[in-house]
Amino acid sequence: MNRRDFNKAAAAVGVASAFSPLNVRAQAQKLKVGVLLPRSGFQGLIGQSCQKGADLAPGVIRQMLGVDIELMNADTETNVDTARTRAERLIQEGANVLCGPFDSGAAAAIAQVAEQRGVPFIINIAAAPQITEQGYKFVFRNFPTAIDLTVNGLALIGDLFRVTNTVPRTAVFMHVNDTFGQAMNKGISATLPRLTNLPFRIVDTIAYDPAAKDLTVEVSKAKAANADFLLLVCRLNDAIILRREMVKQRWHPMGVVSPGSPGMYEEQFSKALGPIANYCISNAPWFNPKTNMTKVVKSAFAKANPKENFVFHGTNVVYTYESILIAADAFKRAKSTDPKALAEAIRQTNITDRTVLGGPLKFNAKGQVEGNLSACTQNLNGEPRVVLPESAAEAKPVFPAPDYKKA
Amino acid sequence: MPLDLVVNVTIAGVLTGMVYGLMALGLSVIFGVVRVVNFAHGEMMTIAMYAAVALFTLWGVDPFLAAIPVGAAFFALGYLMQAGLINPFITRPEHSQFMLMVAVALIMVNGMLMAFGPDARNVQIGYQLESWELGKILFDKPRVYAAAMALATSGLLFLFFKATLVGKAIRACADNYLGARVVGLNVKHLYALTFGLGSACVAIAGCMMILLVDVTPNLGPSYTLLAFIIVIVGGLGSMTGALLGGVLIGLSEALAGLFIQPSAKSMFGFGLLILVLLFRPQGLMGKKS
Repeated sequence: MNRRDFNKAAAAVGVASAFSPLNVRAQAQKLKVGVLLPRSGFQGLIGQSCQKGADLAPGVIRQMLGVDIELMNADTETNVDTARTRAERLIQEGANVLCGPFDSGAAAAIAQVAEQRGVPFIINIAAAPQITEQGYKFVFRNFPTAIDLTVNGLALIGDLFRVTNTVPRTAVFMHVNDTFGQAMNKGISATLPRLTNLPFRIVDTIAYDPAAKDLTVEVSKAKAANADFLLLVCRLNDAIILRREMVKQRWHPMGVVSPGSPGMYEEQFSKALGPIANYCISNAPWFNPKTNMTKVVKSAFAKANPKENFVFHGTNVVYTYESILIAADAFKRAKSTDPKALAEAIRQTNITDRTVLGGPLKFNAKGQVEGNLSACTQNLNGEPRVVLPESAAEAKPVFPAPDYKKA
Repeated sequence: MPLDLVVNVTIAGVLTGMVYGLMALGLSVIFGVVRVVNFAHGEMMTIAMYAAVALFTLWGVDPFLAAIPVGAAFFALGYLMQAGLINPFITRPEHSQFMLMVAVALIMVNGMLMAFGPDARNVQIGYQLESWELGKILFDKPRVYAAAMALATSGLLFLFFKATLVGKAIRACADNYLGARVVGLNVKHLYALTFGLGSACVAIAGCMMILLVDVTPNLGPSYTLLAFIIVIVGGLGSMTGALLGGVLIGLSEALAGLFIQPSAKSMFGFGLLILVLLFRPQGLMGKKS
């Protein structure tokens, strides 16, 4: 080989290396996780709460699995289009996996991007069933679908009535009209008629804008339905506005019960409303306080957020943490950041020591986790307490709720 | 549908509409005289809402009392904005004015994000959750107070323009810019005064609005849009038109929410706007140009 041939060969090798990202990825020592959350906009508070779970993940995971993680944070601004463009940008900037985004609309948009670009996307919180019904190969969800949420939530409502010896006959159903709310509406419409053990029927269904600034008309209509209790699928800000409006309009149903939505167990709900936040009930996916993993996460949370109460952030933190844990666990087994290898490793996930209520963390063929459970929590003395299932209960449920003036 | 439900929703719509009207009045006054469309109008109201929150949080000042210092501060801010920033743009093409005001709006939104963060804030005053009851009819106290304040402020503004020399001079500027200059009026000073008055109106509306809705930095654009719809429906430059437009929009949203679909209620404001543009382009109370 003469000097000219050698130079040609060296140049060819250089070019091949430069244009072979898979090789570079395969040698990576660090997993770059793009975290997409609505840290501003009307879901901003919940997004920031989820972010706390993401922030503590690298430290905990490095200790547990010996895996180095670099977080690449992006704010979706509670906007589906922004979520899509931020996902594109994270992938361009080298994210190996995407996690997030606490919203079904945003999750659906990011899923399309992830699938087109062939980058694994692990959903922390988003319930619209269709996201994992598209035959996607790179999309995974560690959160119950709206149907699972509904089934779990309604079963807990049945338990609530049984434990409190109450028989409400009618409910008025109010729900946000975003992707999540519509999915929950469909789930409830499909499930409720089949559950013969539940004594109530829905007398009116009222959809409303989750970004609404005023819910006077909606609450007036709901009050006029004269139902025994309010079945509510909400977000945070709208839940605050709605509860205030109920008090203003002197509407005191037996209770406000969510079959599986955020909002009423959040810290801001209790902070903004004070005593009138009490007795609201949320049947939501919840953390399991008894596992070792939860204790580790709780301790890391307390260290990073000494002034915050874990119970208000529990669900957001543990589900976001687990989404990153899934990625790290897969990276450790795949020993590669190659997206196909990572996706295949994620598909084989089997994590038994979990932070959330439910069985082992395994994905089905559609990339959906099955068996995540809900707990019935009720706001008591300013914070959510588990009241059902009885095996995990910290307090007894109060239903019907007392008049807010006496509360 | 129960009659008491219809009456309750109608009352709430009219009362909210009055506060909307006060907010839009500021925009209408500024456009009617200065002929500049304030695209930062909603953002200015949002800043006033934050000011009311700050005064309440720091010193427990009721938003009704806060309306006085906040209104005065916004009068000064508006005067300075017009004198220092907008006056040089008066004779420039409309797209330059548009870009200027959009830039001001963007700076305001991002400034609020930096200062207050994205969280929703409100005031928690003693009467916030109270209402008067007349049979089955409910009168929400904060809404009644806010509407009364809106009416009082509007009345004072009408009086100022009708009964004072400065008010008459401002109207002269609005009617005939060249004529006003020929008779020796200080038009730029009067423009700045007008912008100050419009800003004070929107500040007082903001102090009232914080009793009804929580404030976030991103609230501004939706209120700017709402103010536009109101003044176009009522008639650009018409003060009575702004108030009427506010009440009409508030009422149409409330009744549409009740009779059709709550989540689609905003659509009816736009529907009203299209009807007005088609059949009475100058607005309900506007004059044909």
